[in-house]
Amino acid sequence: MVTDLSIEPILKAENVSKSFGGIHALRQVSFEVRREQIKGIIGPNGAGKTTLFNLITGFYRADNGTIYFNGHRLNGLGPHQVAELGIARTFQNVELFDRMTVLENVMVGRHPRTSSGFIGAALRLSRHRKEEDGIRQDALEMLDFIGLGQRAFSASSALPFGLQRILEIGRALATEPLLLLLDEPASGLNAAETRELGQLICRIRDRGITVVLVEHDMSLTMEVCDEILVMDYGRTLAEGSPREIQQNQAVIDAYLGEEPVA
Amino acid sequence: MTRLLKYKSLQVGTFGIVLALLPLVLTNRYYLNVMIFIGIHTLLVVGLNLLMGYAGQISLGHAAFFGLGAYTSGILTATYHMSPWPAMVAAVVLTAFVALVIGIPALKLSGYYLAMATLGFGIIVHICFKELNYLTGGPSGLVGIPTLAIGSVILDEPARYYYLVWFTTLAAIALSLNIVDSRVGRALRAIHDSESAARASGIYTSRLKIWVFVISAAYASVAGSLYAHFITFISPGSFDFMFSIKLVTMVVVGGMASIWGAVFGAATLTLLPEVLAVFHDYDIVVFGLILMVVMIFLPQGLIRGALDLLEKYRLRRGVAGESV
Repeated sequence: MVTDLSIEPILKAENVSKSFGGIHALRQVSFEVRREQIKGIIGPNGAGKTTLFNLITGFYRADNGTIYFNGHRLNGLGPHQVAELGIARTFQNVELFDRMTVLENVMVGRHPRTSSGFIGAALRLSRHRKEEDGIRQDALEMLDFIGLGQRAFSASSALPFGLQRILEIGRALATEPLLLLLDEPASGLNAAETRELGQLICRIRDRGITVVLVEHDMSLTMEVCDEILVMDYGRTLAEGSPREIQQNQAVIDAYLGEEPVA
Repeated sequence: MTRLLKYKSLQVGTFGIVLALLPLVLTNRYYLNVMIFIGIHTLLVVGLNLLMGYAGQISLGHAAFFGLGAYTSGILTATYHMSPWPAMVAAVVLTAFVALVIGIPALKLSGYYLAMATLGFGIIVHICFKELNYLTGGPSGLVGIPTLAIGSVILDEPARYYYLVWFTTLAAIALSLNIVDSRVGRALRAIHDSESAARASGIYTSRLKIWVFVISAAYASVAGSLYAHFITFISPGSFDFMFSIKLVTMVVVGGMASIWGAVFGAATLTLLPEVLAVFHDYDIVVFGLILMVVMIFLPQGLIRGALDLLEKYRLRRGVAGESV
């Protein structure tokens, strides 16, 4: 049976469950992400959003259920294999390589798309040198795309926090993902930075990359997302367009009602 | 890129020339012997630094790999009369294999647990050196290890051996400089800074850690073979836990993740006991003290740490000066 992948959802989770000890972090979660959309996942702390990211990217193993990505079953794959398949992610608490420059951080992102190893590097074989030049070139282009071209040679730890978040996104994009998972990219950013982040996310989508966004900042989520999934206590509570979500009574009770919606 | 490369070759080249000229000035056999030991230690520390300084994985059992190299070379040549060069290759292969077998389970651990596992491994190997009498000669050691020869030139003069050791060490330095500034080198540093982010960036961290462990063990094995053929007599005492600690101290003093720092650390801590002969029986105490002081006050290593302190002092003075 040949299925046309381009109309299939890029990511599909079926009845995924995960518990830690006695705590059910995720219970029978099912959802789909369509290609080239920006999907938001919202929900109170402990709703299981980050757990979901960790399951998709192979950091955790699901107790039950299946996750499909672009025609591949993700269960049992490690993070590096998931990255090779084309899923990139960022972390809630920015995880940069602090002792490297901005450029080098993005160069690490080229890892899954390049191949030279110890011997090629140690002996500086010509294939390795050519690849190394390519990595550098690609990384510099990526820095221009995210607007950090001028900071290429700064220490990544010297960047202001907002730019560190942007750099982390750049490193993720350097892996050439089809799907980008952003874990609370706006947390710690001010309003202006959040607006710029929103624009960047739309530009990423315009490159043909599907984006899934876990976020607390409602203004950002409502503005950029095509579709929103609401989670609560490890379950999916509702799913729909931002407008539908804002009017959903269950969502308002569980979550939105607690704070004013921008 | 090319500028960086030229800069790198310039460093290695200059260092090479200085080393090549040194025996012309340093004709005293004692000094040459010390320089040979510095070379062997540098080779060890450069390898350990790839593992510790770059990939951030602590090994407290590196003396064991050094010993495996020395004993394999020693046993194959002295007992089985094998020719030294193939024996040296056999030693590297054996040591790398042992590192692979140990590394696969050990590198699943991290931090203190990895340190403990490698510590245990080092102690077991040391006991083997002491107890496998029929192979190693036991506590009294293995004698009659032949000196090396290149063609018909026998390297029995320290000056000749000096060139062999430093040629090897310089080659190891050059290879390491190339490795750390490459795709795999960045991947190693990435593991050190954030293993999660490294994995999410597509780096197969567990395999890479095993590889660098094996490479670092291979460096130690070569150093061990060079050591065995130089002093022609080896005994278990040279490969004990204390020596592993000394190696770690050399890495730390030189500064983690710095190849040239490794040279500095190896040189300083090889010279120190020679200079401070008074400490002879207490040298391990002195090493421990140095390790503590450097880790607490100069975690970047002696050189970079001292520069940082100087900078801080200047800034403070500058600020004070302005406020007056």
